Amino acid sequence: MSTVSPLLFLILIPLVAAVLVMLGGKSRTISLLASALNLILLLVLATKFRASEAGFQFVSSFPVVPQLGINFILGADGLSFVMLFLSTAVTLAAVAVARPPVENDRWFYISLLMISAGVIGAFASVDVFLFYMFHELALIPTFLLIGIWGSGDRQAAAWKATIYLATGSFVLLLGLIGLYLLQPLGDRSFDLRHIIQLAETGLIPDNPIVYLLLLFGFGTLVSLFPFHTWAPQAYASAPAPAAMLHAGVLKKFGLYGLIRICAPVFPESIQALLPLLLVLIVGNILYVGYVTIAQRKLDTMLGYSSVMHMGYIFLGFAALNVVSLTGASLMLLSHGLTVALLFALCGEIRERTGTLEFSELGGIARATPRLGLAFGFAAMASVGLPGFIGFASELMVFFGAFVGEPTQMRAQTQAVAEVFRFNSIQIVTICAVWGIVISAIYMLRAYRKIFMGPLPERWSRLPDLAGLPRVAVVLLIGVMLFFGFFPQLLVNLVTPALLQP
Amino acid sequence: MIDPVFLEVSVVVLGIFLLMAEAFGLTKEKSTLAWWAIGGLAAVFIGTFFIGPNSNSFEVSGFYVVDGLSLFFKRFVLISTILVLVMSVDYLPIVQRLVPAERPGAGSGEFFILPVFTCAGLMWMVSATDFIMIFCALELVTISFYIQVAYLRRSMSSLEAGTKYLILGALSTGFLVYGITWFFGATGQTNLVTIREVLPLVPVANHPAILFGLALVLVALGFKIAAAPFQFWVPDVYQGAPTPVTAYLAVASKAAGFLVLIRVLEPFFTVPSFQNKLFLALVLLALLTLIFGNLAAIPQTNFKRLLGYSSIAHAGYLLMGLAAIGDTFAGGAVVFYLSGYLLMTFLAFLILVPVTKASGGDDIAHFNGLARRSPGLALAMLIAAASLAGVPFTVGFFGKFFIFEAAMNQGLYLLVLVGIVTVASGFYYYFKVIRAMYWQPAPEDAGPVAITKTSSVAIFLLAMLILVLGVYPQLLIGILP
Repeated sequence: MSTVSPLLFLILIPLVAAVLVMLGGKSRTISLLASALNLILLLVLATKFRASEAGFQFVSSFPVVPQLGINFILGADGLSFVMLFLSTAVTLAAVAVARPPVENDRWFYISLLMISAGVIGAFASVDVFLFYMFHELALIPTFLLIGIWGSGDRQAAAWKATIYLATGSFVLLLGLIGLYLLQPLGDRSFDLRHIIQLAETGLIPDNPIVYLLLLFGFGTLVSLFPFHTWAPQAYASAPAPAAMLHAGVLKKFGLYGLIRICAPVFPESIQALLPLLLVLIVGNILYVGYVTIAQRKLDTMLGYSSVMHMGYIFLGFAALNVVSLTGASLMLLSHGLTVALLFALCGEIRERTGTLEFSELGGIARATPRLGLAFGFAAMASVGLPGFIGFASELMVFFGAFVGEPTQMRAQTQAVAEVFRFNSIQIVTICAVWGIVISAIYMLRAYRKIFMGPLPERWSRLPDLAGLPRVAVVLLIGVMLFFGFFPQLLVNLVTPALLQP
Repeated sequence: MIDPVFLEVSVVVLGIFLLMAEAFGLTKEKSTLAWWAIGGLAAVFIGTFFIGPNSNSFEVSGFYVVDGLSLFFKRFVLISTILVLVMSVDYLPIVQRLVPAERPGAGSGEFFILPVFTCAGLMWMVSATDFIMIFCALELVTISFYIQVAYLRRSMSSLEAGTKYLILGALSTGFLVYGITWFFGATGQTNLVTIREVLPLVPVANHPAILFGLALVLVALGFKIAAAPFQFWVPDVYQGAPTPVTAYLAVASKAAGFLVLIRVLEPFFTVPSFQNKLFLALVLLALLTLIFGNLAAIPQTNFKRLLGYSSIAHAGYLLMGLAAIGDTFAGGAVVFYLSGYLLMTFLAFLILVPVTKASGGDDIAHFNGLARRSPGLALAMLIAAASLAGVPFTVGFFGKFFIFEAAMNQGLYLLVLVGIVTVASGFYYYFKVIRAMYWQPAPEDAGPVAITKTSSVAIFLLAMLILVLGVYPQLLIGILP
């Protein structure tokens, strides 16, 4: 195909903006303009998108390494569109709330723009190799962002995150090579459409080892339970915009990959190794959940809570039916928006008070009512209050997982251990519902400790939310509420992508 | 059409001409010699595109071959030498300070001329298919390196490096010659092409003798390519030698060593009874080299020493590619990796030279705050470090990817797993440089790092090539032999 996909411009705009900033343009203005332009471009494309049609649209292809079947294929279906929307919206919000650092603000914005280009490229790629490569574009900018402009023990956090992410991504690379080598000789490709087509005709053997490589590779990037320790530390230390982009968007890459690649190709292995995954999910939700309650600082608490919520999405993936997968996909969006909002507000609080210790904060809603209101919205959205998109997605995950009705994607033959006539997925679902209680505990407690109670004298003159950060916060809340009331729009968009990948 | 052997001859003539020019004082400015050498080598490089078929007498005697592989590596060696000379011009003040001289500048001319002779030796080496020829070419290379490594006569570390290189180099030469005699004893041949024909006919009783010879040759070549456990000279020599010479050793000498290794091993891979043992030896070598190179690099604080260990580590990935040689793309993957290695290693060394001059040392700490002092240079170093570590969108990533792909295809799962762990440690030690440049504050009095025009052009070109090949590797794959 010779036509150029309009999606290419989505990737190029941040890159060009980064180059302009490097050459000496006004960093903040250019970054803001570029990310706003990107969001507008995406919305324009969304109007051209034919939601009823299955398969990828806006496809363009360009060979990179033809011998190995690596092509630069861009394209988007409903699911990728949702993710692209998340990426561009959060990028705009992140750039808007960013405070230019005292020195070297240029690299700061370049790093943000590079991460943005990376995630957009990843979600717009149809070729799994390019999908992988684009994700790695964020590696060095993250290292720099946390290491230079972070707070607290930033150096250790940056090292840890970088080593974890690099190792995880090389494990993932092995998994992708394995996926490539599983294909019949002479007909190998990294094209996702080709892979799924082969899998449907049974030409790709369902290899549990390759699945495990992919699971742990993606899992490390998403902070799956035993490999999660990099995440809270990194998010707590990262400057707010970096945490927003990383926790909100970049981390979704792994789950997106699992839903996109593993679910259609390795259904039997997922079934066979379900007990392992379920144990890890319980670890993610309950263990990390209780750890979250124990936190005494807002930033680490948010870091852990973002790890914990990944457990729900994993549950949606593990249940492997259309309802639960749709719920998981919606949750990618809802969690991305919520956590971005929370980190943005967390950054705002840090900016004003210089501390995030619960013991030192208190009552600041009196001085900053808008900030308090916004945080209240975000906390509720994070818990999953009806009216927010998080509610719809959690509900679908739980229903899908609990009912667990076999679909064409699900293998029929399975021996699942039963306790009290609940099978293992149902038990885990019950644990996950308990997880909501846990998140309500820590979120409400954080809200009480920071915003309620008597206002100490030293916080009485805090400025309220204003200017661009306010616009960004309103934008994020607005999107969450809008899709919270009309989740069907998203369901209609996502489900065809899952049914007919 | 030029006769192929004319290439080497003209390089040697160029070297002799430069020696004469220096001796008779044709030019006062020593760096002019370097420009002449660069010009001459560039002409030879262009000449490589216009060579005719090998002449008949050479074809029959079979000690000198011209095929796609040797041509590719001749160009590789020529480019390396040109880059080394560019670097040397930048490095000249340090040489003149550390070489005792009666008049200012005396004794530094040979610093530009010796690489030309080394270049001729390397070019012969990549065309050699006879053990005698391999040996002679190797000696030309090694002996000229002895002098270059110990060139800075006032620097104790350079002298120490020279002595170490001399003693261990002589030892490895001994191994090589002894190995060759065993081959000759068992097969009656020194020519690799004939050995290949004779090998299946050798009675089984003689196989241990051949294996013994093969082991000795492997030791000698392992020394050249810096594979563990023959790597002990590397850190000290790399740290002590003048920086351009270190770069030359790290890239060109290693690449030629790999090519000779491929040529020597090739006949033995065709015979099943040798194949398994050889394969096992390669896997073991690769494992040891990967683990040693990467883990020992972690605590290093000197940048040149770090690059020394990193060069061992890269030898490990290349050996992994050799062990997977049964795969159709493995040979291409090794050559691709070597080419990428040339780009990124030279880039790192090209940046190291001006930084050393400006900050007075080659520790990683001397890079502190480089991003504030010279953002462009720091960005280039960032690209080099990312590529050495294997971050996507750089040529280094594709190199590793192709090697891993070939190794997985051949079922070398253990090697690949170890490779993953070592890649992770690689991220740590390469990112230490990035940390120094971007996280750490610059010293109080530090201004921008001064850099010559030629060096900055070379740095720019190399950095761009790394990125372009990292996005579109087909450009290089298309011209692989």
